[in-house]
Amino acid sequence: MTADTVISAQGLNLTFQTNDGPVHALKDVNLDIRKGEFISFIGPSGCGKTTFLRCIAGLETPTDGTLSVNGMTPDQARRARAYGYVFQAAGLYPWRTIGGNVKLPLEIMGFSKSEQAERVARVLALVDLAGFEKKFPWQLSGGMQQRASIARALAFDADILLMDEPFGALDEIVRDHLNEQLLALWARTEKTIGFVTHSIPEAVYLSTKIVVMSPRPGRITDVIDSPLPKERPLDIRDSKEFIDIAHRVREGLRAGHVDD
Amino acid sequence: MKSLFPILTIVAAILVIWVLAVVPMNMHLTADQAQRDGLMVMPQTPAERQGYSGLGLSFANAGLIPLTYTLDRPRLPSPHQVAGEMWETIALRNVTSRQSLVYHGWVTLSATLVGFAIGTTLGILLAVGIVHNRAMDMSVMPWAIASQTIPILALAPMIIVMMGQFGIQGLLPKAVISAYLSFFPVVVGMVKGLRSPDAMQMDLLRTYYASSSQGFWKLRLPASVPYLFASFKIGISAALVGAIVAELPTGARAGFGARMLVGDQYGNPLVTWAALFAAAITAAALVAIFTAMERLTLRRMGMAAA
Ligand SMILES: Nc1ncnc2c1ncn2[C@@H]1O[C@H](COP(=O)(O)OP(=O)(O)O)[C@@H](O)[C@H]1O
Ligand SMILES: [Mg+2]
Repeated sequence: MTADTVISAQGLNLTFQTNDGPVHALKDVNLDIRKGEFISFIGPSGCGKTTFLRCIAGLETPTDGTLSVNGMTPDQARRARAYGYVFQAAGLYPWRTIGGNVKLPLEIMGFSKSEQAERVARVLALVDLAGFEKKFPWQLSGGMQQRASIARALAFDADILLMDEPFGALDEIVRDHLNEQLLALWARTEKTIGFVTHSIPEAVYLSTKIVVMSPRPGRITDVIDSPLPKERPLDIRDSKEFIDIAHRVREGLRAGHVDD
Repeated sequence: MKSLFPILTIVAAILVIWVLAVVPMNMHLTADQAQRDGLMVMPQTPAERQGYSGLGLSFANAGLIPLTYTLDRPRLPSPHQVAGEMWETIALRNVTSRQSLVYHGWVTLSATLVGFAIGTTLGILLAVGIVHNRAMDMSVMPWAIASQTIPILALAPMIIVMMGQFGIQGLLPKAVISAYLSFFPVVVGMVKGLRSPDAMQMDLLRTYYASSSQGFWKLRLPASVPYLFASFKIGISAALVGAIVAELPTGARAGFGARMLVGDQYGNPLVTWAALFAAAITAAALVAIFTAMERLTLRRMGMAAA
């Protein structure tokens, strides 16, 4: 753990008690995430990616181990509104306009009216939705709705952004476009981003660090530091470095895979 | 307007069946009357005629068929007789007169509206309690369900008599019965609506560290609005039924229920039928008002694709 560590997990374990017996969702997870990193979690479904992200967010409590976020417990960090969380579904309120949806966290956190308006305009511009403030969610495409939900997570200037398969439900072309925009946004805002995906190209294209996980019990099997430059045009995906990392991720996934 | 055609088709079908049914239903009465007026009737004695079905008698006396539509006190009035009675008692009478259906309608409607307001308020409060308080969740719902299994016809006279003991008469006891019937759909719909936000939406609020009252005002309440309107529509019809039922067993002197009873007791079915139809039209109008309010509200809220 160094001075610029924002998220640190040591010996993290989480077991869910279910009707079918205990489920070991996270086993011995050790991970440090430094400020400004773009870190992806990849692995087959059920390997604990969501659970780990929810632990960081203080939405789930580990059974064992320590976890600190900005030097606090996850629950304190949640109270301090240390992170914005983007779910797989945009989950915009249908009765609020796009502007109204982005305003939701600001109202809850008690920002002044004028500051709310100023921030809504700023983050909508950041996700390329300026001019859509007065539209209702049903008037927007799925990709635009997801961008609005990212704006909502950005509105209160938390320096950590947690995203759980945010583009999983979108088609490939929209997804490429959003990935490009997300990288630009990350470069501009210098946020620390935790990003769950099960797409190898997506993980490699976006991340400075890739965490490969495997299920039953959910654990980390490989952590890959990406040698790719910060500046990443879409065609970097044809470069040798890119293909090499993708290969290593695939190997990691295969090694962790148990036939059952 | 697309929805108008099927509705009109059904109405036309009902009218045809009704008009056809008038003949056999009224034939025995018509035959008796015709005989008194000196017409030829087959068979000739009332006792013999009792052996015939309405339909059989109609075939035997086809010439009397037109007369089945004009009896003063028919067993089944024809549509035009009901319409005539309604026209007379709604349009031609002074609305303050005891002969006016508008007067009786208002008596019932005012109790309905007061009862609905009480029932709705109670229903919403109970629903909020149920959603926010585990003890209420466990205890209130079974009682609410049990309350609706008691036949209102048995309960209504008891409530009216008991409130009469305390000198409470007129509108209020009827409103209580209306409230009793209308709170239930509101509780059920509102609980469902307040619980309609999914786990992800609740989690989103947790990430903002929102308080539960913020969750209520910003998420649960707006999410419950469509459910609430569905409940309102059921509740307002139930409230109207409640008010009418409350007028039946106690010999109320005014209201739709009183008119139905009077028509029955004095052998004047036209009065009963006119009151019945007026009540049905009132219910339809109330539901239509709520449907319009629903559409307007949801459009305002951006929840209906304009
Ligand atoms: N709330 C819960 N209760 C019980 N089991 C759960 C719960 N959440 C997740 N799990 C189980 O924990 C394991 C990891 O789930 P999850 O973190 O959602 O995986 P992933 O996001 O990688 O697909 C799965 O086996 C899942 O069934
Ligand atoms: Mg998941």
